[in-house]
Amino acid sequence: MSKPKVAFFDFACCEGCQLQVANLGEMVLDLIDIVDIVEFREVMSEKWDGEFDVSFIEGSITDEHAVERVKKIREKSKILVALGSCATIGGVNGMKNSFNLEEAGRYVYGEAYKFFPTIHTKAVHQVVRVDYFINGCPIYQPEFLTVLKCILKGLPYYVPEYPVCVECKLNENVCMYDRGLTCMGPVTKAGCNSWCINNGNICYGCRGLTINPNSQGFKDVLKKFGIPEDFLMKKIEMYNKCKELDES
Amino acid sequence: MSRNVNINVNYLTRVEGHGNIVVKIKDGKLDECKLEIVESPRFFEAFLRGRSIFEAPHITCRICGICSCGHTLASIQAAEDALGIKPTEQTTLLRKLLLHYEELDSHILHIYLLVAPDLLGVPSFVPLVKSHLNVVKRALKMKRLCNELCDILVGRHVHPISAVIGGFSKLPSTQDLEQMHGKLVELEKDMEDTVELFASLRFPEFERDTEYVGLINDEKEYPLLYGDIGSTDGYRVSKYDYKVVVNEFVVPHASAKRTKWHRESYAVGALARFNLNYEKLHPKAKEAATALNIKPKCINPYLNTVAQIVESVHCIEDAKSIIENIWQKGINYDEIVIPDINQKGAFPLRAGEGVGAVEVPRGLLIHHYECDERGIITGANCVIPTNQNTHNIELDMVDLIPKIMDKSEEEITLALEMLVRAYDPCISCSVHMIDLRID
Repeated sequence: MSKPKVAFFDFACCEGCQLQVANLGEMVLDLIDIVDIVEFREVMSEKWDGEFDVSFIEGSITDEHAVERVKKIREKSKILVALGSCATIGGVNGMKNSFNLEEAGRYVYGEAYKFFPTIHTKAVHQVVRVDYFINGCPIYQPEFLTVLKCILKGLPYYVPEYPVCVECKLNENVCMYDRGLTCMGPVTKAGCNSWCINNGNICYGCRGLTINPNSQGFKDVLKKFGIPEDFLMKKIEMYNKCKELDES
Repeated sequence: MSRNVNINVNYLTRVEGHGNIVVKIKDGKLDECKLEIVESPRFFEAFLRGRSIFEAPHITCRICGICSCGHTLASIQAAEDALGIKPTEQTTLLRKLLLHYEELDSHILHIYLLVAPDLLGVPSFVPLVKSHLNVVKRALKMKRLCNELCDILVGRHVHPISAVIGGFSKLPSTQDLEQMHGKLVELEKDMEDTVELFASLRFPEFERDTEYVGLINDEKEYPLLYGDIGSTDGYRVSKYDYKVVVNEFVVPHASAKRTKWHRESYAVGALARFNLNYEKLHPKAKEAATALNIKPKCINPYLNTVAQIVESVHCIEDAKSIIENIWQKGINYDEIVIPDINQKGAFPLRAGEGVGAVEVPRGLLIHHYECDERGIITGANCVIPTNQNTHNIELDMVDLIPKIMDKSEEEITLALEMLVRAYDPCISCSVHMIDLRID
């Protein structure tokens, strides 16, 4: 049996999630032992015209050209994976959606803004069907490998639905709320092993909101620590602004 | 010779971001030559407005995955400047260490995974697994070591976690210092082999003199984190006058803005730094330069990669000394900063404006913010190394093409691709950071 043909494509993003794959170090050799990486523009010149067994999509969809491009990739791909926050939830690119697009364009490019047509930022699943989601800004390498194994074995992968707090407690971190800070951990999907809190920072919510967040519990926490709710909305918007496109 | 050649490199590979090369040769004459930037804009400067300046490093480091630590450091410097925060000596040392890790990580990626395949005549590192397994293994190992260094210091390389405004949200333990030192010693050996390998490879010969621009200062050390902006034409201005340097202008065929100072174009990056500050390099880096047959002022743009190798040697050696220095002094853990948006009011706020100027792997990076009395960003601007290089690259191509016009289309294309790649362009960065907005 020939090795599955795997490709990486990037849209509007920082390419850091692809880099996390290239950063696997010597494990990259094991990876190319079991899959045939046919396109990976960031580090390879090879191109492939045929079908893809697995396509990883990094980045958000932010213009009409990207909409067409991702649709074509979907047609040619048996399995399509959204890689990283920009792809799974729109990520930081979504912050643009809070602004009038023409005004934002003018602010950055002046009158040349017309050369840069843009649409509201969308996550990949808001344009085409997505089979697997790998969250995070950037992706957490152990989770990438877990998902890859699932894909290759034909198994589903379930993103944890409990919040980051669960992993954070297991890591015995002091709660950020007890340190006087507002952390997104209580409403953010786990799976990163509370990466940021382990390193002394708060959770910024990069993995997306849990499907069924404990809103009341969270409001209680905010009340206990005297944090206004609208203050928190700004924090939610940093990564999760595109979610409102799901709901509309 | 009258000949028609059309070169369209659609999506340049092995560079960060999306760019195209378009060249038209008509009746043996160069008719059109441009480097197009086709990356989708992301409007960072626009959406920073209204957010807390304390969030700026977290957000702006996401402009680029490869030079994430560099953006973080430039952003922190600009924000601290605006707020009037002075970093402690310990913080400054750790930031210099982080910047060394950043240069190393990015340079190694570029030297091995992006450039080496061209010199060895293959389209990527994948065929090298068969022909040069040891080289591939060494490259991947060095890349891993650099990542591990960042993991220890700031949680990870791509979007560092603990480097924040005011200092660090986590400080290394003695064991961490020991581990980092050990990894640098390992890298030192691999770097020797790297120098040997690249000394044996042939780079294209092409020279075009230009103005090289980068940070300079009066201190003894090779300037990366602080300095004035200087040029090989002998000019020097404060970072606050960066607009005098970048002089953005528009060319008719491309919507992206270009920069120039005293000449038609200028170049930033490892080669510019090497040309400006060679004397301040670590002695071992100078030895490497001799082995690699490069000396200042070098005007072959293809040798930017070689300058990166020399800088890598410097960064390893200097990182080792920084760690030894910190070790001797002992770490003051009282300096741990509680991060986030200053919710606890640890730092007094004020309305202000600040500039950060840092040498990141691809050259001079500027972040410039304005904030109101609550610390909310009201204006933002970033000047990215790749934007500063774009016009210089194009002028290189214009100069180079007539010299290689008798070669085959494939050979011309490869020579141009290699030229662009040599600058290590970071197109994701450059595209949304084009206009100057703060007046």
